[in-house]
Amino acid sequence: MTRWGMVIDLDRCTGCAACEVACKSENNIPTVSPEQAEMGRGMSWMRVIAEVRGEFPATTAQFYPRPCMHCDNPPCIRVCPVQATYINDEGLVGQIYARCIGCRYCGNACPYTVKYFNWYGPEWPDSERRYLNPDVSVRPRGVMEKCTFCHHRLQKARENARAEEREVLEEDYQPACAEICPTGAITFGDLDNRNHRVAALKDDPRAMRLLEDLGTQPKVYYLTSRR
Amino acid sequence: MRPDVTARLASLPPDERALLRPLVETSRGFYVTAALLAVIGLWGILAYYFQLRDGLGRTGLNRPEYWGIYIICFVFFIGISHAGTLISAILRVSHAEWRRSITRSAELITVLVIGFGAIQPIVDLGRPDRLLNVLFHAQLRSPLLWDVMSIGLYFTSCTIYLYVPMLPDLAIIRDSGIKAPRLYRFLAAGYRDTPSQRAVLERVIGVLAIVVIPIAVSVHTIIGWIFAMTLRPMWHSTIFGPYFVIGAIYSGIAAILIAMVILRRAYRLEHYFRDVHFDYLGRLLLVLSLLWFYFTFAEHLTVFYGAEPAEMRTFWAKVTGPFAVPFWLMVVGCFVVPFVLMARRATRTPRGTLIAGIAVVVGMWLERYNIVVPTSVNPIWELESFGHYLPTWIELSIMAGALSGFILLYMIATKFVPIVSIWEIKEAREAVREVADRVATYSGAPDVSAAAGHVP
Repeated sequence: MTRWGMVIDLDRCTGCAACEVACKSENNIPTVSPEQAEMGRGMSWMRVIAEVRGEFPATTAQFYPRPCMHCDNPPCIRVCPVQATYINDEGLVGQIYARCIGCRYCGNACPYTVKYFNWYGPEWPDSERRYLNPDVSVRPRGVMEKCTFCHHRLQKARENARAEEREVLEEDYQPACAEICPTGAITFGDLDNRNHRVAALKDDPRAMRLLEDLGTQPKVYYLTSRR
Repeated sequence: MRPDVTARLASLPPDERALLRPLVETSRGFYVTAALLAVIGLWGILAYYFQLRDGLGRTGLNRPEYWGIYIICFVFFIGISHAGTLISAILRVSHAEWRRSITRSAELITVLVIGFGAIQPIVDLGRPDRLLNVLFHAQLRSPLLWDVMSIGLYFTSCTIYLYVPMLPDLAIIRDSGIKAPRLYRFLAAGYRDTPSQRAVLERVIGVLAIVVIPIAVSVHTIIGWIFAMTLRPMWHSTIFGPYFVIGAIYSGIAAILIAMVILRRAYRLEHYFRDVHFDYLGRLLLVLSLLWFYFTFAEHLTVFYGAEPAEMRTFWAKVTGPFAVPFWLMVVGCFVVPFVLMARRATRTPRGTLIAGIAVVVGMWLERYNIVVPTSVNPIWELESFGHYLPTWIELSIMAGALSGFILLYMIATKFVPIVSIWEIKEAREAVREVADRVATYSGAPDVSAAAGHVP
């Protein structure tokens, strides 16, 4: 059974936030004004969060790129009153924008705060508007959205593989963040497929998951030698 | 007032005359207050129009502060609605005779405030145009959907529970002919107060009073569960179901007391809302203030003693941090003021209960604020930053509009139905002998019951 998942090597992450930018342009994530961002309404499905330890000058920093965890036991889908957020049989947690009523219960239920709400209608500067991705639907005002593991790329990969009469390979389907990462810190693939790198990496002794004891069973693993 | 109406009113027996007078006689103060409330209500509607036009961005909500004033008001208004039905049902079932003059005013609060509570989550929706998706795509594991069902059932049963005991009074108004004859002929539904009709009525009321109790308990339990079913610090608590029910009854009794003091003054109901009613309801308020304190203390002690880091961040934010002012004001409003006033007979007066009632209503609003906001701004994952929340004038106007709308509707309702149940007051006079007999049966003095003509 396919279970799409991600392994992020924090020992390689430099905190450059290229993944954030790639995600933003791949997924048509609207641009929010500085005032709105100040209010806590910024949107980035992939976000690099810094953990700073110690007092200056004896400080160390660790960066956590944080996409949707695509939990195997997602708390968000249970609370949605209209089934607008769901998990499919390949473990991807999806969001039905056309059905969402915008109650934001899923946002409250998510322990990783990966859900974003469209407080206003989406807006882009004119310079960006021309480069919107036609493969990704633009979300209207008043609905929830979040990282999809670029599942539109999976659809394309599957069509190509079917045309060539073969299985979907690891390199056929990579989300924008994994593709762009300059240090190769983000690995993506099928956690249950021995031919995909993530299957072995998730069992690395350095592997851990965020808030593992909540029982949400995230499919995003972090590798770190300092815990 | 038209002379024929005056003549008809004057020809009625004293209870009817006193209690039906507000239906046909309206003071200038009433019109002024109603106009003021209507303006505030319209202002609230205007604010909602701006929000609909521009989006929820007009509120102060953000990520992670997804829920704010609207959800606080939702819990608050539905809490107030527990006044009537639960109190009146419990008192009826337990045969508390002193209930007779207060049940109607309490039940009316329930039915009229519940709609203002139920619209709050709809105002809070990003896409109110898709509201019916909760029916078309119902996802039964969601506590929000349980809430839709329980509030729907609660509203229906409370409306029936208000209407059925009102039938004899509607028939009295119809027969007196003092107001809108066709309306009351319709509303009274052919009730003639024959002995057989009365017997059926009493039986139906008896059944309804029992049925509405579990429904009322379920409503606020489920509202508590909406929070408790998430993994958030200080929401994920088993105590929330009963804690919310107790809080709802508490704010409900406080609302009844405020309404009674105002009604007594405005409609000269001193004869019906007597000192004993304020004394007894004050005692009930005292019991609930202690229960509230017990629940609040138990909840906070458990969190503090366990000392989980995520829970402790929320705990300290409430006790000494940015929410310390609303937190300690809540403790004063929900415990210190009502406890001190209601513990002494000398202050269980209309004036004392009014002060305690206002303190409790404000305190219970703050309690919901202290439940919703500190947890919302504090995500479980400690690397996410602590959020902040400042409501905008849109949210505050909608809150003020809803509160004014409820008060206005309540005022208008007092012009259409007697706010004290006429037939139950009359029945009380007849019931004196029956009560004496009943008391005699518990007191174990067989000669008294034999003297009253009873054969065991």
